[in-house]
Order: sequence, then structure tokens, then C-alpha cells
Amino acid sequence: MLYFSKLRILFISLFSFLFILIALSNLFKFDDNFFDKKINLGLDLQGGSYLLLEIDNEPVIEQKLQNLTTTIRNYFKEKNIKINNIKIENQNIFFNVTENDKQSILDVFQDENSDLNPYYPRFKSHQLEIEDTGLNFKINFSRQGLIRLKTSSQDQAIEIVRRRVDEVGTNEPNILKRGNNRILVELPGLDDPMRIKSLLGKTANLTFRFVTNDENDRFGVEKLKFENGLEEATVSKRIIISGENLLDAQPKMDTQANQTIVSFTLDRVGAKRFGKATSTGIGKQLAIVLDGKIISAPVVRDTIASGSGQISGGFTFQTATDLALLLRSGALPAPLEIIEERTVGPDLGQDSINAGMIALAIGFMLVIIFMFIKYKIFGLITNVTLIVNLFILLGVLTLFEATLTLPGIAGIILTVGMAVDANVLIFERIKEELKDETNNILAFDGGYTKSRTAILDANITTLLAAIILFFMGSGPVKGFAVTLGVGIFTTLFSVYFIARLFTSIYVSRNKDKEKLI
Amino acid sequence: MISFNKYYNHFNLLSSILIVVSLLLLIFKGLNFGIDFKGGTLIELRASDSKINVSSLRDRFNQMDLGDVSVKKFGNDTDFLVKFENKDNEKNIIEEIKVNLDKSFGNNYDFRRVENVGPKVSAELLKSGVIAISLSLALMLIYIWIRFEWQFSLGAILALFHDVIVTLGVFSLFSLEINLSIIAAVLTIVGYSMNDTVVIFDRVRENLRKYSDIKIFELTNISINETLSRTIITSATTLFALLAIYFFGGEILKGFSLAMILGVVFGTYSSIYIANTVLVRLRVSQKTVIREDEKK
Repeated sequence: MLYFSKLRILFISLFSFLFILIALSNLFKFDDNFFDKKINLGLDLQGGSYLLLEIDNEPVIEQKLQNLTTTIRNYFKEKNIKINNIKIENQNIFFNVTENDKQSILDVFQDENSDLNPYYPRFKSHQLEIEDTGLNFKINFSRQGLIRLKTSSQDQAIEIVRRRVDEVGTNEPNILKRGNNRILVELPGLDDPMRIKSLLGKTANLTFRFVTNDENDRFGVEKLKFENGLEEATVSKRIIISGENLLDAQPKMDTQANQTIVSFTLDRVGAKRFGKATSTGIGKQLAIVLDGKIISAPVVRDTIASGSGQISGGFTFQTATDLALLLRSGALPAPLEIIEERTVGPDLGQDSINAGMIALAIGFMLVIIFMFIKYKIFGLITNVTLIVNLFILLGVLTLFEATLTLPGIAGIILTVGMAVDANVLIFERIKEELKDETNNILAFDGGYTKSRTAILDANITTLLAAIILFFMGSGPVKGFAVTLGVGIFTTLFSVYFIARLFTSIYVSRNKDKEKLI
Repeated sequence: MISFNKYYNHFNLLSSILIVVSLLLLIFKGLNFGIDFKGGTLIELRASDSKINVSSLRDRFNQMDLGDVSVKKFGNDTDFLVKFENKDNEKNIIEEIKVNLDKSFGNNYDFRRVENVGPKVSAELLKSGVIAISLSLALMLIYIWIRFEWQFSLGAILALFHDVIVTLGVFSLFSLEINLSIIAAVLTIVGYSMNDTVVIFDRVRENLRKYSDIKIFELTNISINETLSRTIITSATTLFALLAIYFFGGEILKGFSLAMILGVVFGTYSSIYIANTVLVRLRVSQKTVIREDEKK
């Protein structure tokens, strides 16, 4: 146990030196081409916002079912099958048919090549489930169908969220999927998340529809409130153009009317439709509806064939900028709700870093002084090991670009406290061995060998706790699990290689010294 | 040599009382869950005007119709922690509060931290916290069961339960807040307590193989004494680290480090006075380990 070959010494020195260098690269700027990794600071240390958004898929499901009833009706109409009493209730479509048609309906829905009800061979499941009680049918989304629907609306939503966050221009946002209906947004360095929150809270579903007094409009009508919440207007459900038709939107100052407006440009299809609608609808009011509220309802004075126009609605420059941004980035497939928010101001983050560093320094000093008093020369060895251990730990964290959080710093301090355990176990064992063993080298050998199982046991139990924390914990707590877990490995390395190297050198030079430890 | 075994019965009685009292506290008084597990909103506020104090803040917040609002000093005289349930989970509540506070205090204050946890998320966090603790206890049980004979496993697990329950009992008694970091602390306590117990058990088993004529009552005492200086030194250095975090690591880590300090103290105590007494009560002898050795 005490013998180290030259090669091994070289390897240990190089390894330790490398990690110390990596750890130091966080403090001093090296050539970026050579090494550009750094420990990331968690949001609780650098300040920033953590937002967890949940997609409300109910409206999407409702809409899909709505479309589906139309599709079903038309599909069977072509086949001369009469569908009766079709209706939607609690996310189920109900209808009934005559006895003769029953089998052909079932055939269509259970056909694996059906284009009405897609089949997913990988999951052995259709998109829709069909149930019949006599001549009454009930259709709803299968489990797999729902999952598909959710992931696709999540895919769309995350894209829109990304665009909106990018437009605001924060540095290095982190946008990730969580489960199949959540999106995690991390915005480092953002002091005031108010604006982003209000931007993400809006679906931004824009439609242009005519105001009508005709209750029997072919497309149906609905009463909508104006943005100010006071007035109301009856609006046709027929959509002239929607947000999808927009190519661009920009806030502008209308110098004539002296107000801020949002000017927009339409795509080819939109421009055509807009031109036609404005030519036939001169004198009518065209309502501009955003998320179920009327922004404004100007009277059409002229045919607009240019494919561009403007929205006015008593905007300030800020609200006009935000509306333009929302229109440019597109509508969310479904409303988002912020279900968890954690924001830390940058000065609190800095205070936390300072407090953590002071605690680390003090904890470190206490341990070092205590070990030196208790073990003298071997305390010194432990302390040197402890320092190297700390650097290796920081080096590993840097190498993996781990995120350091406030609990993570606590994990490092705790590692310092617990790291001496292995050395203490060894030294205490050596002391015991020396009671009946006169040969120093043999006693040291015995100390290392006989303490091994206890050290292994002790570290595995802590490691198990750290692993569970890593997988179950969130955010800052995960940072604690990382430092605690990595700390165990660096501790074992430094105890069995570095500390043992020093001990072996010291012991072999003091082979015959009495009262060695 | 210290005669720890003289007090086995006394301390067993004490531990039983502690566990029963803690359980009663947990059942009847319950834990003071923070917003992580209960849902709600937390605002850490720093004031630069002495007019802003707990009572003026409380007045202001109570006028805003936010439900139950708690306002506390946080660390020093200029920092405050405001918590409320925010049942409707209103979107722009923070903005409204700012507007409201501006009216009375101008801009002599600053939000340093805002946390808002919806009811769904808090329920999930609580569930995953409970799962994490149960899972860690189960994993420890499996590990110790593989490494040692069942009598040892029982001792270690009882010690573990003792530490977790009594630590939570103290938190219940003083209404200290349970948040995500406390779960992390409890898990670390589980690891530490196990670590401490295992080191002593290792020695007990070694001594069982070595001496056939010493009764377990004596043998545990010998083993405790042989590992005592290690137990003390490791506990001491760990406590040094934790005390440094508690006193210098800032307000946010206070609860976390306190839970760990309690855990380390209870963990050290339970390794000696619970884990070992289980071995004595189950009359573990040399046969127990020899039989297992033969099986292997």
C-alpha cells in the first residue's frame, strides 16, 4: 500500500495539476481556443428568472373535435351514410346511425389504412377510439392520440415562446420541454420578468372580422368586448384574415393622427382576401380581434389592395412594440399559464455568492486548524489533500460545465467537512495498529487495508443519497446533489492517491521513529 | 474506555419518548410547509427607507386583499419576507403589488426575490419530496441488507427513522419552514446517519469474528470506543462546515444548515444509542456472523 512507482507519481501530479489549472481558469482568463469552459452560475447566484409554463390543451382538443365532426359528416355524406344527432359532450363525439350502416362505420374507424382515423403501428393504436352501444356511437381521442396532440402543440408552442423570448433579446435564455405539456424558460440576468411574463401570457390570436347586425349571419355571430372592457359589438365568426397571413408587423408613429400604430404586411393569400373583403365591405366596420377582445373596429373607407395596413387602438409606444412583436412571432396553439416562477435579483445573487464564499473560507479554516491540532504532520497532509481536493472538485465541475447554485456551494462546504472522514478513518486505524505492531510500515499498510471497507461503505451511502437527490430534486437542489456526488469521487481520489503518496513518503523516511502519529 | 453500555436503557427510553413526541407533533401540530409545498407567493423585499417596517408593510399588504399575508424580518433590519397564498394564482399580482407599494413608499424598496408556485406544482413537489425520502430510505435498507446481517439492517434503519422523525419533530415544534432545501437536508442526513452507523457496525462485526467469548453487550461498547475518536472528529469537522454555513452562508441557507446540524447531532447519537442497542436486544452473537459467512 505504501509503494508508489515513479510513473504513478507522475500521473497523480499531472492529473492534480491539470484539474487545478482547470479550476483556476474560472478566475483567470486563458486563451479561449485552449480552454473555454466555465462553471455556470445558477439563476439563484447570477440573478434571473425561472418560469414554468403549462399549455392548456383543452381549447385545442375542443377545436379538433369541432373540426372532426365536420370531417365525419362530410366523409360519410359522400358514402351516402346518414349520420344523425352528431354532438360534442365532455370531449366525446356522439352520433347515431341506422342498423344498415353500423358495420360500415365500424369498418372505417377500425381500418388500419383509414385516413379518417390514422393508425400508429408503433404503438398499435388508432388516433381515435370508437365505442358503440347499439346504434349510438361515442368517439374520443385514444391515449396515444392525446399524446400526439399534446406533443405537437408543445412543439409549436416552444417555437413561438423561443421567438418571443429572442425578440426581447435577453442573454442566453434556456428554453426546454418538460413532460408533454410544459415548457421551462430560464432567463439569466433578467431583473424584471414582467414584460416577458405578459408576452408569454398572451396567445396572440389575431383575426379581422366584420362587425354585423345580422343575427342570422351564415357563419354565426358572437358578442365581443372591446379592449377597454366597456363597449361591446356583435362580430361575425367569418374570419377575413388571421395572424397567419401576416408577413411582418412593426410599431410606427402616425404623424398625421399623432398616435402610435402597428403597421402590418400581408402574404399573398392574405392580401388577396383583404383586398376582396375591403372592396365589398366599404362602409362596414372591420373588427380587429386579439385573443377574443376587439382592439379597434375602423370603418372601411377604401379598397386596400396593397396588402399592407395598420392597426390603431390607443397604443403607447411600448404596447405597440409588444403587439407587433407578438404578431411577428405568431400565435400560440393554446394558452399558456405560468405555474411556477422564481426570480432572483442580481444583487441578491451577488450577496449569496459572497456569503457562500465567506462560509466556505470559514468552514475550511475551522477544519484545517482542527485537523492540524489533532494530527500535526498528518493533519498537514490531510489539509494539503483537502485543498487539492477542493480544486479538483471545482475542476471537475468546470470540465462538465456544471451549474453552481447556492445549495451547491453548501454542498462544497459540506464536502470539505466530510472529506476528512476517510483520512481520519485511516489514521485512527493506523494508531490502533501501532499498538501491537512495531514496524511502522506494516502498521501503515494495515491501516490502509483494514479501513477500506468502512470508507467504501460510508461513501456509498452518501452517494446513494446524492443520486436520489439528483434525479428527484429540481433547480438549486440539483446543484447540491451534483457537488455532493462529485465531491465523493474527488475525495476518494485525493485520499487514496494524493494523501497516501504524502504519507508513504513521510513514513518511509521515518521508518524507525517512535510515536509516529 | 467509556461505558456507553451502562446507559443503553436510559437512552432507549429517551429515544422512544423523543420519537413518540415527534410523531404526536407531526400528527397534531403538523409541519410548516413553505410555498414550495403549499403553493403561494413569496417576496423578499429590501427597504432603503426606515418608514418601511413590518407593521407598515403588513398594513399595506392587508389592504390588497391577498388572503393570509405573513410579513417577517429576514436577516437584517432592511430585509423583509412577505408570503401569501395567492389562491386565484392571478397573473399580474406582482405588478399590482408594486403599483400599490409605490403609492405609499415611493421607490424606496426593491424586490430582491419573487417566487410564485401554483397549486399543481406545489402538490407535485410535495409528492416528489416524499418519494425521494422514501426511496432513499428504501435504497439504504437494500444496501445495508446486502452488506450486513438482518439484525444490523434493522438497527441501522431504526436509527435512520429516528433521525429523520426527530429532526422533523424539531421543525414542527418550532414551526420552522419546510421547503425544497429541507428535503435535500433530510436526504443528506439519511446518508450521514447511515455512514456513521455503518462504520461502527463494521467494527462490531470485525470484533464478533475476533472474540468468541465477549458478550454483545460488552462488544458493542468496545467497538463504539474503538471508533469513538473517528466519530467525534468527523462529526466535529462536519459540524464546523455546517456551522459556517449557518452563521455566514446567508438567510436562504439557514433552515437547510439547521436541519443538517440537527441531523448530524441526532445521527451521531443514534449510531451509538439506537443502532447498537438493537444488536444487543436481538442477542447478536458470533454465530450470527459466522452463519452468514458460511452462506456466502
